[in-house]
Amino acid sequence: MEKVVSAPQVSSGDSKSTGNVLLQVVDLKKHFPITSGLLRRTVGHVRAVDGVSFTVQEKETLGIVGESGCGKSTVARMVMRLVEPTSGRIIFDGQDITRLRGRELRRIRSNLQMIFQDPYSSLNPRMAVQSIIAEPLVVNTQMTGKQVVERVCELLETVGLHADDRLRYPHEFSGGQRQRIGIARALALNPKLIVADEAVSALDVSIQAQILNLMADLRNEFNLSYIFISHNLAVVRHISDRVGVMYLGNLVELTSKRELYTNPLHPYTVALLSAAPEPKRRGRRERIILQGDVPSPSNPPAGCPFHTRCPRVMDECRIQRPEMREVRPGHFVACHLHA
Amino acid sequence: MEPLLAIEDLRTYFINKDVQVRAVDGIDLTVYPRQIVCIVGESGCGKSMTSLSIMRLVPKPRGQIVSGKIKFAGKDLVQLTEQQMSDIRGNEISMIFQEPMTALNPVLRVGEQITEVLIRHRKIGKREAMKRAVEMLRVVGVPRADEIVSEYPHQLSGGMRQRVMIAMAMVCDPKLLIADEPTTALDVTVQAQVLELMKRMRDDFGTAIILITHDLGVVAEMADHVVVMYAGQVVESVGADELFAHPLHPYTKGLMASIPSLDDEAEKLYSIPGTVPDAREFPVGCRFADRCPLVQTSCRERPPELREIRPGHLVRCGLV
Repeated sequence: MEKVVSAPQVSSGDSKSTGNVLLQVVDLKKHFPITSGLLRRTVGHVRAVDGVSFTVQEKETLGIVGESGCGKSTVARMVMRLVEPTSGRIIFDGQDITRLRGRELRRIRSNLQMIFQDPYSSLNPRMAVQSIIAEPLVVNTQMTGKQVVERVCELLETVGLHADDRLRYPHEFSGGQRQRIGIARALALNPKLIVADEAVSALDVSIQAQILNLMADLRNEFNLSYIFISHNLAVVRHISDRVGVMYLGNLVELTSKRELYTNPLHPYTVALLSAAPEPKRRGRRERIILQGDVPSPSNPPAGCPFHTRCPRVMDECRIQRPEMREVRPGHFVACHLHA
Repeated sequence: MEPLLAIEDLRTYFINKDVQVRAVDGIDLTVYPRQIVCIVGESGCGKSMTSLSIMRLVPKPRGQIVSGKIKFAGKDLVQLTEQQMSDIRGNEISMIFQEPMTALNPVLRVGEQITEVLIRHRKIGKREAMKRAVEMLRVVGVPRADEIVSEYPHQLSGGMRQRVMIAMAMVCDPKLLIADEPTTALDVTVQAQVLELMKRMRDDFGTAIILITHDLGVVAEMADHVVVMYAGQVVESVGADELFAHPLHPYTKGLMASIPSLDDEAEKLYSIPGTVPDAREFPVGCRFADRCPLVQTSCRERPPELREIRPGHLVRCGLV
């Protein structure tokens, strides 16, 4: 039997959530095998996600930040059941969906949708916008053709496009408009949870602001929960209620956004916040510049995954991997400094 | 002080049959020695085409420098022959790009790529060149430099590749370094390392830098002087402290207000409505008019000039 670590249950002060847990992720792991030779023998594993637990409540936005390769996208894909977890459990709306297949999985998927990073590759260039947005409706509902068209028009207007746009093709739209189409598709089945993986990273600043505002409006209008994944700390802060910080396959800190940005505890979070260039901080910043690169997840360091770059490393950190602990109410951190 | 680079009324167009795309449409830009000038703007504003025009690397045959002067160290780069220009590239002016993996040759070892520049411009032997390459890699903070020279780009991390690019760009001690979105593909912590390194290059070697970016955070970090571009034109040009303290053009203000901040909690972000106008048919008047919150009828009638509103603060807006 695998050990089940209970996920941090938090109700943060500034969350708009109702306190009902919508999604619970328990000790989720994904180890991708590294194969070699003619027989594709497994010679090692990339520990993309190495034991991540969190919850998302109804109407809550959980932000996940981290640098490339930290496993944030793999977490998103596992929650969506696009990638099979190696171990751990995903409980959505009271049901364990970790091993669901076929029709049952499809039924869950209508409550669980995703918005992708690249609005150029996530829309089929050969399909008119109408077919793109209608696809989930045709697959999952019994709607008549006329109802489908009505719903598509309604969705387009919800995301700030025109009903007439349904007959056009993706290449006729700008990046921001395409992202709106992707959002309309995600909304088609009235999902409860939307996973947005770097949904605004490919957009220009002025367009990024439009999409962030749209996502915030939709959340309020349709009582959505989001898992909002990004490498951009300021964007995550803007949209999230709580924020988790990932490093090398591990969640290292998780707390309400106000707490995280004003009182970060993990040295990685502190460094990340100080390294982010910020217009309003011109001329008055003290920076912590981390040395070196993120270690390879195929050969992660023993002990704390961050110890190789940590400015405050202690002997203990090299041997013992720190557990996630609640060091203040609602503030979880995996660091020996805060044991 | 004499400017190192002075661009006057540069126009770079893409011409295809009867369609004319005005990518760079009459820009002026001055860079002094040791200065870091940031060109900031969104995709399609012409910032990258400006840098490619300086390097004379505008994609041919459709892209053409239609008019204007690029004065660099007493020469007009626009008038130089291809041969004369290639003596300057990598030697007096060098460039680093956004994606170091595509800018580096994947089948050449790191050392060969750096020595190539030295052998071409400095006429020195291979062994001497290799020694200089290793030295330069150490300067830019590449660990195990003597081993890295015999590795291939794919064996390096993104941050290391960008360091190799910088080593290659700096090895002939250029007067001007053009960096086109050098940290956009890098993670925040690595970006901080690379920006720090570029500043050190300026401080230690006196290299002037043109840094092209869409990120006002990077601008705040690096710039002495800032040029804001919109739809092929300069809309604001001013010292960096002044820009962040008193931005004047509505576009610059909008851009600043659109960025979510690490420090405050606005519920709603300001967003500039609409999108950039089509570079094939710019409006007659102000190009920002359709998105400007302060627009007036006069804005649409004739194009605003870039005027000096305060000493050293140039703005292209009829309302300021």
